[in-house]
Amino acid sequence: MEPIRVHTGLVYPMNRANVDTDQIIPKQFLKRIERQGFGQFLFYHWRFDDDGNRRSDFSLNEEKYNNATILVAGENFGCGSSREHAPWAIQDYGFKVVIAPSFADIFYNNSVKNGILPVKLGSEETQEILRKAEQESLKLTVDLENQLVCDEENLEFRFDIAEYHKEMLLNGWDEIAVTLTHADKITAFEKNHAY
Amino acid sequence: MAQPKTIIDKIWENHIVHQEKGKPDLLYIDLHLIHEVTSPQAFEGLRMKDRKVRRPDLTFATMDHNVPTRNRHVIKDQVSKKQMHTLKENCEEFGVPLADIDHPDQGIVHVIGPELGLTHPGKTIVCGDSHTSTHGAFGALAFGIGTSEVEHVLSTQTLGQAPPKTLQVKVEGKLGTGVTAKDLILAVIAKYGVRFGTGYVIEYTGETIREMSMEQRMTVCNMSIEAGARAGLISPDETTIDYLRGKRHVPEGEAFEEAADHWRSLATDPGAAYDATVTIDASKVEPQVTWGTNPSMCVPVGGSVPNPDDKEKDYEKDEIQRALQYMGLEADQPMTSVTIDHVFIGSCTNSRLSDLRKAAEIVRGKKVHEQVTALVVPGSKTVKEAAEKEGLDVIFTTAGFEWRDAGCSMCLAMNDDIIPSGERCASTSNRNFEGRQGNGARTHLVSPEMAAAAAVEGHFVDVRAFSKNSQFADKEV
Ligand code: SF4
Repeated sequence: MEPIRVHTGLVYPMNRANVDTDQIIPKQFLKRIERQGFGQFLFYHWRFDDDGNRRSDFSLNEEKYNNATILVAGENFGCGSSREHAPWAIQDYGFKVVIAPSFADIFYNNSVKNGILPVKLGSEETQEILRKAEQESLKLTVDLENQLVCDEENLEFRFDIAEYHKEMLLNGWDEIAVTLTHADKITAFEKNHAY
Repeated sequence: MAQPKTIIDKIWENHIVHQEKGKPDLLYIDLHLIHEVTSPQAFEGLRMKDRKVRRPDLTFATMDHNVPTRNRHVIKDQVSKKQMHTLKENCEEFGVPLADIDHPDQGIVHVIGPELGLTHPGKTIVCGDSHTSTHGAFGALAFGIGTSEVEHVLSTQTLGQAPPKTLQVKVEGKLGTGVTAKDLILAVIAKYGVRFGTGYVIEYTGETIREMSMEQRMTVCNMSIEAGARAGLISPDETTIDYLRGKRHVPEGEAFEEAADHWRSLATDPGAAYDATVTIDASKVEPQVTWGTNPSMCVPVGGSVPNPDDKEKDYEKDEIQRALQYMGLEADQPMTSVTIDHVFIGSCTNSRLSDLRKAAEIVRGKKVHEQVTALVVPGSKTVKEAAEKEGLDVIFTTAGFEWRDAGCSMCLAMNDDIIPSGERCASTSNRNFEGRQGNGARTHLVSPEMAAAAAVEGHFVDVRAFSKNSQFADKEV
């Protein structure tokens, strides 16, 4: 997993609450057995019509968002299924950071494990970013070390993140390798455990 | 006396392998269930790092999401076929037991776990599937995980988890005739929303829950994730123990009695504290129908579609507006005026024997409306066989339903069971997200009884006003 420390990028504002994993990556694309290549299917039915043509009424299709790397959305982002294909698609499409007032638990975890930084801001703060980004092209800098989101003017918001998640993202840890350092403890536990 | 504890605290404490300040607890996992969709990348990860499956004996796999429900072996979609084949190869390579498409135990992973007696009170159970919460009905701590976590559990039989907050959903009072466990959980989600459980493990308590059968409890726990909670559980009691007695993977004889005593001891102690509690009066719950594109967009069947103008905030208006447009509904339209094209009775929420009995009871001697295509998909081969023994298949097919083989089917339409764009389905599944049952498909979540009644009438009806045949009414499983 790639470490992430500070990221500066263009915002794509998606002012919707409860964006669910079926929208992020529809089920017909879950059949692949690889981890890569899901970006082309991100928000598929919002981006493309039934004939596979780009829809003009979905803003992610607008040219000005072509290089967006920060996705900003409403409450409860990523609700629904546990499919890790959702963060894989977001990452493969080019997003590195997702900002929302709240996330579904499993989605949040899955993101961290793939090196996507999920940033929880207040509702008002998120709304402010959404408003700004809808009006004009907005660049943000997300500084994980200092837990800050800033723009090039005077916007500056602090965000909370569990220390452990922060460490993991900063270092790009292989979590399994970390756990395997406790292999003796696992074996000892198994000896005494009543299943 | 020791501090009273919830079952959640007790299971947690029994599974801590390693604790370190500022880090999640490392929990031991007792049962790891696997299916074809969320596992291939995890096995691939093991291979790349030359890692093994630590405890194949605590791992169990099946095929459910992609499997055809008719012409079992004609899998037209080559990618689906490859995914199923990959699971088979991975299970062989890593020594994981598999109930594949030909195996008599095959079925939806959350139906067969309890059926085979793999699900026990007090276990930690995970699966790369959000409806793992179903197993909580037995007093297990069961939750869905992502593929990276699947790989972690395969390799270490543990998972790092931060202790959850606890939420008690206390249900008192009697559910009315024709009102089901499905209506209860939909009503809870309608009232409190799709994120009120976020960060919590729910324990369902109260007299209504105690009186429920295991299958009803599974329906309730299944939809915990739809309230945002990763897990929902119910303290074990005699109903739990009676259900498990004699199941295949459960100890026998004296060992069973010992296990049962241990299970009883796990129930939440009187006076244990929760981080939050809500109380529901079951006697006020009516049969529910969802009108929108998430499970909280739900009203009693006698109600009508909401009007965006009744909302104050713009984003609330927008949300309703967008859902109405997708669903092809008018504001203020009565739910009973909504006509349907399809009925799906199935999924890990409502595909067990008691669900099929209840639906059969409604359609017996009646005909499916001529505009409706109706499907029954049993949750497992075992359910299918048991239903056929009682003649439920004949009741359904005589009424004009299709009687299919076990799988997830139209719950998420990964196989060929897809609702065409713009068409409307009364479904006993758990998610009404846009496109869930097919691109552009319109899903209304209901109980099996409500789905069956809608199949006959061609539109939603209050099942309580629907004439009943009571042959199966008193049989519980
Ligand atoms: S029946 Fe539906 S919800 Fe249940 S496991 Fe299958 S796809 Fe998921």
